[in-house]
Amino acid sequence: MITEWLSPVIGWMSPNWQYFVAHLLLVLVIILPVVLAVAYLTLVERKVIGYMHVRIGPNRVGPRGLFQPFADVFKLMFKEVITPTVANKFVFYLAPILILVAALVGWAVVPFDDGWVLADINAGLLYVLAIGAAGVYGVILAGWASNSKYALLGGMRSAAHKVSYELAMGFALVGVLMASQSLNLSDIVRGQEGSILHWYWLPLLPMFVVYFVSGVAETNRAPFDITEGESEIVAGFHVEYSGIAFALFMLAEYASMILISALAAVLFLGGWLSPFQGTVLEPVFAFVPGIFWFLAKISMLLFVFIWFRATFPRFRYDQIMRLGWKVFIPLTILWIVVEGAFVYFEVGPWFG
Amino acid sequence: MSLYQILFYVFASVAVIAAARVVTVRHPVHAALYLVLTFFSTALIWVLMEAEFLGIVLLLVYVGAVMVLFLFVVMMLDVNIAPLREGFIRNLPVGVFVLLVMIIELALILGPASFGLELYPSPDPAPAGAGNTLAIGQVLYTRFVYPFEIAAFILLVAIVAAIALAHRRRPGVHYQNIDAQVRVRAEDRVRMAELDGDKTRRGDIEGQANKGKDES
Repeated sequence: MITEWLSPVIGWMSPNWQYFVAHLLLVLVIILPVVLAVAYLTLVERKVIGYMHVRIGPNRVGPRGLFQPFADVFKLMFKEVITPTVANKFVFYLAPILILVAALVGWAVVPFDDGWVLADINAGLLYVLAIGAAGVYGVILAGWASNSKYALLGGMRSAAHKVSYELAMGFALVGVLMASQSLNLSDIVRGQEGSILHWYWLPLLPMFVVYFVSGVAETNRAPFDITEGESEIVAGFHVEYSGIAFALFMLAEYASMILISALAAVLFLGGWLSPFQGTVLEPVFAFVPGIFWFLAKISMLLFVFIWFRATFPRFRYDQIMRLGWKVFIPLTILWIVVEGAFVYFEVGPWFG
Repeated sequence: MSLYQILFYVFASVAVIAAARVVTVRHPVHAALYLVLTFFSTALIWVLMEAEFLGIVLLLVYVGAVMVLFLFVVMMLDVNIAPLREGFIRNLPVGVFVLLVMIIELALILGPASFGLELYPSPDPAPAGAGNTLAIGQVLYTRFVYPFEIAAFILLVAIVAAIALAHRRRPGVHYQNIDAQVRVRAEDRVRMAELDGDKTRRGDIEGQANKGKDES
């Protein structure tokens, strides 16, 4: 479609090149809003946590602190990037790039609305899992290449806890796969059509909780932020990074928060579907485009991320391991068996 | 040369070069990273061959789990590389002999007479929208269900054996019972005692606090 739009400009190219240029533009159309959303998510986080602490939060730069993210970005951009003397330079600078790539490529398969997806691939769910698994390298390598004890400890903690929560997350996705019988994210959303009760959060409630909490753990957010653990290991894996290299870590952390929220919205909360479907309000809200509902669901989940951070104290390392291995994995396996029974007896509107 | 072939040669040469670097590079962490790159390029070649399920699963299992644990171990153990490199010259004749035998054997099977693009016509491209995840699942759980289950069982036995070998209960070591720790309530730990001199003492403490405030 976009190649037709752009045909006056790029029509002289060969079809392969037209495809390439058009998709490059589509990538920008996705990435730029994500980066802008990351910038404002940092502001929202500081404001929301501020109000939860009965403070005001940043309010100096621009009206009500609205330009604060830009001030932060420019400050980090003009700071000196310091390389530790005995650091492994190549790996040291490779790590933030790897982590950022892993946080951004996942967006390729996210459907924003019916048909609004960059790569409508059949193995979308597997792709999401594989990308999430590759994301751990950035953290481990950053921790190792810094040649600092704190950073190495942070990297080690991260390797152990990410591999553990990856499993629970994978089992939760198996639950979605059983319900939707498809690995394609757009088909998964279409399978939830009907009403708010048809969305998979209801039959897969334990999976939804496990997925979201594992997502919080995967993105190293409080209360699972042992990889940073300020009170124990200074700042963990990124303690030696400064300036723009540090900014890349922050960008990746918030971008993957948004990605996890988007995936949770697609898999369990009906993606672009309106919450008023199947009720008397459906025609009233028919004019609202699907992407609005999708973004609203993402914002809701992001608020929960921030809420968690303001509410819970940090888990101890062994408690995190126990939660992952002894609570989440048995719970998801059990629910897969229960779901098998649901499928066999064709329970409810979901498995009929 | 089509885009397809260019991509194939890029991925294939990256895979071969990275595989060579795995054994030539000095540092074990770098070697592990080159192995990751080899897996990644191989996965991309599989995706090019329309085997997207295998490609993504290779990434998921080997890059996402196995190599992370490899890296974990390599980083934790400060491997001293020098002793491992001793005796290169002494063992060289044996190594060269084994290498020659392997090359001859491979050449017998994979020689140009029996291996080449002309001998194997490329299969028909799958229709758009067809995925091989479903196809693999359908044969894996019907025709090949016994081999599949046996493979799974062997892996399970290996896990049990590894845990049985590594696990030991040491007497005199105190473990924390996290379930009990999590379940504890304030009533279990704190007992509020009613004391006779409560009133006067509270007054004293408040007086001292106010005094402190004035001084500051």
